[in-house]
Amino acid sequence: MSIQVNAIRSLFPILHQEVNGYPLIYFDNAATTQKPQVVLDALTQYYEKDNSNIHRGAHTLADRATHKYEETRESVRALIGARESAEVIFTRGTTESINLVAKTFGSKFIQKGDEILISTLEHHSNIVPWQMLCEQTGAILKVIPITDAGELVMEEFEKLLSSKTKLISIVHASNALGTINPAKKIIDAAHAVGAKVLLDGAQSASHLEVDVQELDCDFFVFSAHKLYGPTGLGVLYGKRELLEAMPPFLGGGEMIREVTFEKTTYNTIPFKFEAGTPSIAEVIAFKPALDFITSTGKTNIHLHENDLLQYAAELLQDVKGIIPVGTAAEKIAVYSFTIKGMHPFDVGQLLDAKGIAVRTGHHCTQPLMHRLGLEGTVRASFAIYNTRAEVEVFAQALAKIASLKNK
Amino acid sequence: MSTIADIQNEIVAEFEILGEDRESTIFYIMELGGNLEPYPESFRKDEYTIQGCQSKVWLVAEEEGGKVIYKADSNTDITKGLISLLIRVLNQRSPKEILEADLDFIPRIGMGNILGSQRSNGLASMMNQMKRYALAFQTKQNA
Repeated sequence: MSIQVNAIRSLFPILHQEVNGYPLIYFDNAATTQKPQVVLDALTQYYEKDNSNIHRGAHTLADRATHKYEETRESVRALIGARESAEVIFTRGTTESINLVAKTFGSKFIQKGDEILISTLEHHSNIVPWQMLCEQTGAILKVIPITDAGELVMEEFEKLLSSKTKLISIVHASNALGTINPAKKIIDAAHAVGAKVLLDGAQSASHLEVDVQELDCDFFVFSAHKLYGPTGLGVLYGKRELLEAMPPFLGGGEMIREVTFEKTTYNTIPFKFEAGTPSIAEVIAFKPALDFITSTGKTNIHLHENDLLQYAAELLQDVKGIIPVGTAAEKIAVYSFTIKGMHPFDVGQLLDAKGIAVRTGHHCTQPLMHRLGLEGTVRASFAIYNTRAEVEVFAQALAKIASLKNK
Repeated sequence: MSTIADIQNEIVAEFEILGEDRESTIFYIMELGGNLEPYPESFRKDEYTIQGCQSKVWLVAEEEGGKVIYKADSNTDITKGLISLLIRVLNQRSPKEILEADLDFIPRIGMGNILGSQRSNGLASMMNQMKRYALAFQTKQNA
């Protein structure tokens, strides 16, 4: 089945506008995706009809809100193939999910001299929490190097791996380059030495089929807003036995079983990690986004986006001055590049003048940019509602911009 | 000699010819950046960079016969173009003129909208730094 992109576009009200006198071309999907009308409706409907605090109230509205909130948890479970919905914890985003693991798994299982492995491809949110943990515990952070194409050097990974390795926290698909890492291989190798694996799915969850049981990852984290859902909401999947062994993250309401001034006992998972009133509206409105992804089909999404990526690469390959950055064999639909003699900011500004939204800069991956010897790149990232016609306009605009400095 | 206000009016008139097309405006700004005098390499140091700019900007000034002479550079062409306009407006003026100048040509040429908040903040830092140099020279003159 191929997708009907015009029918899909009609579901996203924001796409139908002009920016600077031109039809909006939104190619900043790796930063955040746009939201279909059903998500916007669910947000409004929650506040119009169902608003109440969940899990506690003994009234109809609270029941309704609780029921819908838990329905989303079940949809997330189904999306990632988790064993049970209790293994799905709602957080504020990928960043908070990683910090939660660093604080709680870290305080319980990481000690002085232990090693934590990350890679050169990581986003700052998958670097800094581990640096903080290493500072607190005396653990050591080690980094898997990459090739010039932006792929992990697997032989080096195997050399870094040892019985000292306690955790590997690695990106599933790179936000800056699009590289898809061989997650299963990494996880199997990690488990062979007794290490746990956190897979950062911020970029993969919306584009790739993910089955956490098949992958056998110990943690999987992502953000709702990159899956056509609301902002301010993230997911932490963790294996039950780990989540149960980990201490709570934040203390407060909801996460307790019984509180006395002498001693507090904690709630079961997932509630142990959901202190305070969560983002109820956002969680509820995330379900229609997940339904949209499921009904469109991950395979269709990946095929469509990949077609756009190939098309962009094809149209731009002979444009003088354009240098693609990140040429891994396996990629999600991220086209990162620089233009000879031009700063990425200027390129972004010129594209914006034509109504084309891209991301420019270091993409919160400064160590990666340093490794590649770049200050930053221009990044176009595609989603299900983008079209070949948009890619053509983009390529034409770029050819004109590149010709400024590359006659 | 024309005043700071005259030069600003001149710039506004030049940009009016370009019309409202953003791309042409940006292309023109970038072209102006190409006319910037070479920046003295001995001043390409962190202490001469301007804080608050996303792109890198170096700025230095000296005083000659009671007038301020600015030299500046950036790693992005749009910023270089904006710098060249600021220098055209403020170069070879007395500290007093610079400190009293009402710099309003940026919004008048439509660049305020184009720049967005991040770059506008950077531009404001750049203007502040230029005025700070003028203030320092004025203080020295009055001492």
